[in-house]
Amino acid sequence: MNTFGSLSALIFIPLVAGLVVAFLPARAAKAAKGLAFLAAGLCAGWVAWIGGRFDSAQAEMQFVEKWPWIPSIKVDYHLGLDGLGLVMIGLTALVVPFAMAVCRHETRRVPLMFALILWLEAGLFGAFTALDFFHWFLFWELSLVPAYFLIKFWGGEGRGPASFQFFVYAMAGSVSMLLAFLAVSVATGTFNFLEWAEKGRSGELASALSVRLAWFETFKTQEGLAQCVFWMALLGFAVKVPMFPFHSWLPSAYSEAPSGVTMILTGAMSKLGVYGLLRLILPVFPEQMREALDLLLWLAVATIVLSAFAALGQKDLKRTLAYSSVNHLGYCLLGVFAAMKVTETGGLWSAEKAAALNGVLLQMFNHGITASALFCFLGFLEQRSGGLRGLNEFGGLRAAAPVFCGLMGLSMFASLGLPGLNGFAGEFLIFKGAYALAWAPTAVATLGLLVTAIFLLGIMQKVFWGPLPERWTHWPDLTLGEKLLVTPATLLTLGLGVWPQAIVHWTHATVTQWVGWLRF
Amino acid sequence: MLAWTLYSAFLGVLVLMFVPVPGARWARGVALASSLTGLGIALLEAVKFKPAGELITIQKWAWIPSLGIDFHLAYDGISLTLVLLTGIASVAGILFSWNVEKRPREFFAFYLALIGGVHGVFLSFDLFQLFVFYEIAIIPKYFLIAIWGSTNREFGAMKLALYSFVGSALVLAVMVAAYVLSGSQTFSLPELAKVGFSADFQRWAFPVSFVGFAILAGLWPFHTWAPTGHVAAPTAASMLLAGVVMKLGAYGALRVSMALFPQGLKIWHESIGWLAVAGIVLGALVALAQSDFKFVIGYSSVSHMGFVLLGLASMNIAGLVGAVLQMFSHGILAGLLFGVVGRMVYDRAHTRNLDELKQLNLGRELPFAAATFVLAGCASMGLPGFSGFVAELQVLMGAWKRFPWMAIAAGLGIVVGAAYTLRAMQRAFFAADAGVLAPGTTESAAPHDPWEPISCAEKLGAVSLLAISIAIGLYPAWMMIWIQSAFDGAFFAGLRKVVGW
Repeated sequence: MNTFGSLSALIFIPLVAGLVVAFLPARAAKAAKGLAFLAAGLCAGWVAWIGGRFDSAQAEMQFVEKWPWIPSIKVDYHLGLDGLGLVMIGLTALVVPFAMAVCRHETRRVPLMFALILWLEAGLFGAFTALDFFHWFLFWELSLVPAYFLIKFWGGEGRGPASFQFFVYAMAGSVSMLLAFLAVSVATGTFNFLEWAEKGRSGELASALSVRLAWFETFKTQEGLAQCVFWMALLGFAVKVPMFPFHSWLPSAYSEAPSGVTMILTGAMSKLGVYGLLRLILPVFPEQMREALDLLLWLAVATIVLSAFAALGQKDLKRTLAYSSVNHLGYCLLGVFAAMKVTETGGLWSAEKAAALNGVLLQMFNHGITASALFCFLGFLEQRSGGLRGLNEFGGLRAAAPVFCGLMGLSMFASLGLPGLNGFAGEFLIFKGAYALAWAPTAVATLGLLVTAIFLLGIMQKVFWGPLPERWTHWPDLTLGEKLLVTPATLLTLGLGVWPQAIVHWTHATVTQWVGWLRF
Repeated sequence: MLAWTLYSAFLGVLVLMFVPVPGARWARGVALASSLTGLGIALLEAVKFKPAGELITIQKWAWIPSLGIDFHLAYDGISLTLVLLTGIASVAGILFSWNVEKRPREFFAFYLALIGGVHGVFLSFDLFQLFVFYEIAIIPKYFLIAIWGSTNREFGAMKLALYSFVGSALVLAVMVAAYVLSGSQTFSLPELAKVGFSADFQRWAFPVSFVGFAILAGLWPFHTWAPTGHVAAPTAASMLLAGVVMKLGAYGALRVSMALFPQGLKIWHESIGWLAVAGIVLGALVALAQSDFKFVIGYSSVSHMGFVLLGLASMNIAGLVGAVLQMFSHGILAGLLFGVVGRMVYDRAHTRNLDELKQLNLGRELPFAAATFVLAGCASMGLPGFSGFVAELQVLMGAWKRFPWMAIAAGLGIVVGAAYTLRAMQRAFFAADAGVLAPGTTESAAPHDPWEPISCAEKLGAVSLLAISIAIGLYPAWMMIWIQSAFDGAFFAGLRKVVGW
């Protein structure tokens, strides 16, 4: 059962490298950056190696490592990888070095900063591969602490309240989720995700909960109890994704964090929420989810539409893009929830469900790439303007910096879902599947697409076009280093746009298995 | 051999009292030697310990035969866990009071007497003897606070002593009644646990003795001695007070009240659960509003001890194991937090007011203290990877099975816990504008001369406490086996039978 610890190694590389980097003296900034970058590169290489040995035709967990950890409460050290996990660690491995490169001009407390980034990466790798709740929760929370300090120390003016709000929101979500899953664990006697999923699929969970917990009488029916546990679990992920109305921590956290850190937050860390939905909510609480489905679908629609309108109303580019991130992850929510909508099992329905779920995974990856690229370009913009990032501060930059505007424009078009670029494929699949499964919410959600297009084009118009103000006439275009920096993201944007199969190839077996599970 | 933890402490007291050791260094040396001996023995026994559930008797001498009183030292997994905690806390406390210059011989003599009393309680299996040690522990606490304390020390010391005596009086009343009613002319705890008192007696004996003990564990609403006492005490004493003395109360409640009067527990457990939850939530909320750094930690102790009591009240194996593990974990972490606040910060900045600390840019000036507090704070707010999480996890699992609303309310307490820890951390260490990012070594505008660097003793103490918390957090299995074996043993047979797990 146990394979060579290749996933453990993936987690320990950044963890140990972070420890080494943290203890470098402040003078050794260059060494710290170099070492951190090396470690992140090593992780990327390691993920590529794992990907090479990953059997994409197989839906079962691969690279499984399982050792007893706390035998008396049946906690295991349990790692494994399926298509979903692979795409997520791939995304993390890409986004982190990209973000580090954006942070390379940082001069203040460099070793600490890069150590925190490495620990954050370790936390993400751990959370994307763990298959035991105790083990997984360790990394879920571990990723929170470095993110907090990265905002708190290197953030902008409002970093104090922003980081506090970020942490306390996340903690509230985590505790609610912890309580819910402890109830599940008390009911099932295990912390193993896969066993939970079996219990959830077979519908035993609701009865097990009411038998093993003392508060049956409070809820009258066992369904009511299971429903309550489900909502408590969902809250943790709803805060992380975020889902309306639990999103209010996000704009200030994203806009106060330094650009490189925002890239990791939106590119990789926000995916933890959707990942949790797919790994822990969809398989474990299918019936409870179905019960609440209409509300959930409309919450997803509210997330999509309201965040798009909120983005339209922002004057600060970073806040606009922060809301745009909420909007894009809203599509993932829509896809996940829509996949639960229809209980019929016909081949056609299965195809639609598979389309929606494949679209969700694709959207997670693509949004990670596109959003981090956009925040990277915003970082360049801020660097050149001396910290200005108001929507109305600029104009006509296209004339002064054609390459910058061209590449940033490409990412924006990808973000608004232009066919041929990567953003399109995921959103198309989600809408294709979701429209068939739940037409009304999906139809309203298209409003979000429209508004996204409006505000992104608005940004282009106000920043790239129009007359060039006097003070920006010497606006420098991208340097060679910066061009190299954004090359991978640009290539992925173009490449995945025409060949989304590159991702779907890895996820299809996993998604097919989920769709099989959804029919009962 | 575990008895020597107790003897070495009292031997240290005798040496410090009667041998005229010259100067603070020697007094410190004697105290450290005595504590290290205790810790070493505890560690040795812990390594040799085979968790079988039986009581391991170390010594049993007839003491007052006519009354059936023995001097009976013994231990099981729970006692061993707490003796180990006491050993660790005593050594750490000395490392954090390296700078005591005022009447050092007496200071360390009282300190060791307190340690000895605590060891005695954890190892006593005769009720009378347990009570004697319980009282012995109160006296040195009073003097440590009244003589070496700071803010409002007479008040804090007196309040603590009075609360303790009221608790003791309640315990004494029940103890005598139990002795008479048992009809077996013995104070032996294992014997009394087998008696099976009448339900009518248990109905009042349990709450009276439980509250009597739990006053010392910070049971809400009898907790108010704790914050004032912690704040008034010198660093080492607050470390011991929060670290081990509060555990005495919880230990007594478990070992005496619950083991002897299980039916009483069954009647009263829900009320106790609610009081525990009140302590968790209200303690955390009050901590959120404090302006004195040490009061924040003081109220956080009340909140954390609430988890111990909630675990005890949940009456199932997960909750009970979690409660004992939380005693250990909180002992380590409270010691660490008081060490950082009392020794590293207060002894240097001479203020504990969070608003004044804001000006001092401590994150930059005392990076070691800041880093220690960050890690200790993470542990204290219950992040996984540290000992507090494993303990709270099990308490919550236990509470889920028994009273779900309390589990949810306790979860609320954890969230508020994160908020007050972050608030105190941001204000005390990371508030200044340039913050930790100010380049190079700064000439601080603060009115202090160059900050006294963090000494080796402090670093050693902080690092070892953190290491222990992380070790338990990542691999709690071995300690949980000790604790679980004790609950499976013959001593708790009565409790097991009545509450049924």
